[in-house]
Amino acid sequence: MNGMAFTIGLPEVVAAVMAIALNAYVLTGGADFGGGVWDLFASGPRRDRQRALIAESIAPIWEANHVWLIVVIVVLFTGFPAAFAMLGTVLHIPLTIMLIGIVLRGSAFVFRSYGSHRRSRWGTAFAVASIVTPLLLGIIVGAVATGAVAEAAAEIGVGTFAGVFMGPWAAAFPVSIGLFALALFAFLAATYLTVDADEDGLRDDFRARALLAAVLVFACALAALLLARSAAPRLAMGVAGALLIQAATALSAITAIVALWRRRFRVARIAAAAQVSLILWGWLLAQYPYIVPAALSIRDAAAPPVTLRLLAVGLAAGAAVLVSSLRYLLRTFKGRVRVAP
Amino acid sequence: MAGAAGLDDGERDALNDLLAARAQMALSLGFHIVFAEIGIAMPLLMVLAEWRWRRSGDPVYLQLARRWAKGTAILFAVGAVSGTVLSFELGLLWPSFMRLAGPVIGIPFALEGFAFFTEAIFLGVYLYGWERVSPRAHLMAGLIVALSGAASALFVVMVNAWMNTPAGITIEAGRVTAVDPIAGMLNPSAFQQVVHMLLAAYASTGLAVAGIHAFVLLRRRGMDPSGPRDPFHRHALMLALTIAIPSALLQPISGDMSARAVARWQPAKLAAMEALPDTRRGAPLHVGGIEIPRGLSLLAFRDADAEVTGLSAFPADERPPVAPVFVAFQVMVILGALMALVCGWAATVMARGRQIAERPRLLAALAVLTPAGFIATEAGWTVTEVGRQPWVIGGILRTADAVTPMPGLAIPMVVFALVYIGLAAVVASAIASLVGETA
Repeated sequence: MNGMAFTIGLPEVVAAVMAIALNAYVLTGGADFGGGVWDLFASGPRRDRQRALIAESIAPIWEANHVWLIVVIVVLFTGFPAAFAMLGTVLHIPLTIMLIGIVLRGSAFVFRSYGSHRRSRWGTAFAVASIVTPLLLGIIVGAVATGAVAEAAAEIGVGTFAGVFMGPWAAAFPVSIGLFALALFAFLAATYLTVDADEDGLRDDFRARALLAAVLVFACALAALLLARSAAPRLAMGVAGALLIQAATALSAITAIVALWRRRFRVARIAAAAQVSLILWGWLLAQYPYIVPAALSIRDAAAPPVTLRLLAVGLAAGAAVLVSSLRYLLRTFKGRVRVAP
Repeated sequence: MAGAAGLDDGERDALNDLLAARAQMALSLGFHIVFAEIGIAMPLLMVLAEWRWRRSGDPVYLQLARRWAKGTAILFAVGAVSGTVLSFELGLLWPSFMRLAGPVIGIPFALEGFAFFTEAIFLGVYLYGWERVSPRAHLMAGLIVALSGAASALFVVMVNAWMNTPAGITIEAGRVTAVDPIAGMLNPSAFQQVVHMLLAAYASTGLAVAGIHAFVLLRRRGMDPSGPRDPFHRHALMLALTIAIPSALLQPISGDMSARAVARWQPAKLAAMEALPDTRRGAPLHVGGIEIPRGLSLLAFRDADAEVTGLSAFPADERPPVAPVFVAFQVMVILGALMALVCGWAATVMARGRQIAERPRLLAALAVLTPAGFIATEAGWTVTEVGRQPWVIGGILRTADAVTPMPGLAIPMVVFALVYIGLAAVVASAIASLVGETA
């Protein structure tokens, strides 16, 4: 196997599209989950208006944001069916919990917006599900990155239930990645909300929250890195080895914090999005060429060429429709959120 | 358990896990299919109402459009999350199925993904854009929602048709050696199933909405013999019937086409639908306990003496369970016939220029049929899914060989059952309160 050599063919292109969709999901859907976190921790004199701002900035777009996750899943099972089968089997439990989080978050949000009674209870369900889902998403990523999923898959039918279906994810390193993802999403959401807010008080509330989340992001990253040395040495080496990406990540993190501090909120938003994206790509490149390290590489898991070609054509056509539709949606709603005082 | 006698513990566990996985999948699909149907048809109703408002200036139509949009938002969100669950469950419960089928059915799923994306984007524009975009753009956004909902159904049902009558996949010595996703999408059942599903969505949703408003109109008649004008419910009833009547009347024709395709491509399923034990010429048809001599031969092959394959022609381990398929088929046919009859009645009343709202017996019939379309859909779904057993991909992969090796599947099954029951209760109360505000 040609370990680190970059060969670019159709499988790599499809994998890159999947990564881009995942990146889009993290930046949009992830921030919506982060919004749910700040809904749970809404506090101070502007508590209700914080919640109203979160709801109004999420409402028109969260359904569309959520579809990025569907795109990731569909590209995964079409383009890399063996990887989908392996992940679905070994990570059955965390995936199921994440799914329940997704169901509750989505339905609680609409019931709260449209249902006429028991709003507060739906608010709680929305907020709790907004914490559970990113936590599990991070745990799943962490489990994949360690290589434990592949080892467990080889043990199916031989190993114990705990060893195969729990061990890969119920461990310190995946949990640290879960907390890291949660902190990142909360950081993204708070940074976005400083831009969406239309008055200084609310803007200050979310500025303080973004700065707090930035500290938590740093703490979680440190913990994850320390744990990775023993839990995922390959990953730790890969991440640390990609100096250029690490430097860019650090630079955007510092830019985001400085911009927040100096109240340059639009700059902070871009820098925060760049930081989160670079972290994601840092992980993906560190485990290249594997989808499920160290058992299934992009090439091993790839569907037949005819499927990949059709998928690529479908994705290109879909993207053309999508980009213009999304631009229209965002132009119609973003930056014009008004919270009734 | 008598049926599990002779099995060791491991085999019994595996059997229970398979049943739990099937139950969870059936539950998820059975739940989702109702919201999917409403998600296809409801946007059309809301656009029709808005269009009528823009044309006539009658504020009642605007009120209707807004209310239906609200209902659409709730039902779409539940449909979206239950659809997400399904896309994951394919891998969580049936990993071997996906490893084999992914390269073929992934393409229509990817197209469905984009249709769903478009639907979600323009639903956002529609719901929150009343004051932000031009009237034309708003109406267009609603129309795009309606069209992309129908497109989603098209792609997803193509996948289901492929599971019934797979095409575009070559298997040699247990390995997939060639795939052709386009041939897979255009498999022999695709056209009939897609048409049948789309008509079912419009007929079920249209009649459900008509039934609710018929019920309100009927109750008000009882309260006040002179009868208020009730323009809101009258308009709602008429718009809902505009969708329901043509689709309910066309559905028996589409059903006939589907049955003939089943007769040709899935003889075991047809035998189970009619509980036909042995192959024979001039096979009879059963409808609601009445036997029509030679009816099945005539309907399935357009020849009263045609030979219809019976269950005994298939090896015992390749026969679908007969009782549920037979009963479900009866339920679907009877309800479909009733829906067509009542819609025909309503169409006659309308053609004579009479007011449906003045016809208490017709209103009562419509009110009674409120859930009929959804029950018929569940029954039809049971026919196509249970009738395919023991296969998950007809003739290629057995359901038992596709299930995940993960043990203890009863637990997620129970958890999802509770989630779905809870969601159904909440949705029902939300819709009831939406209707209640107007009644």
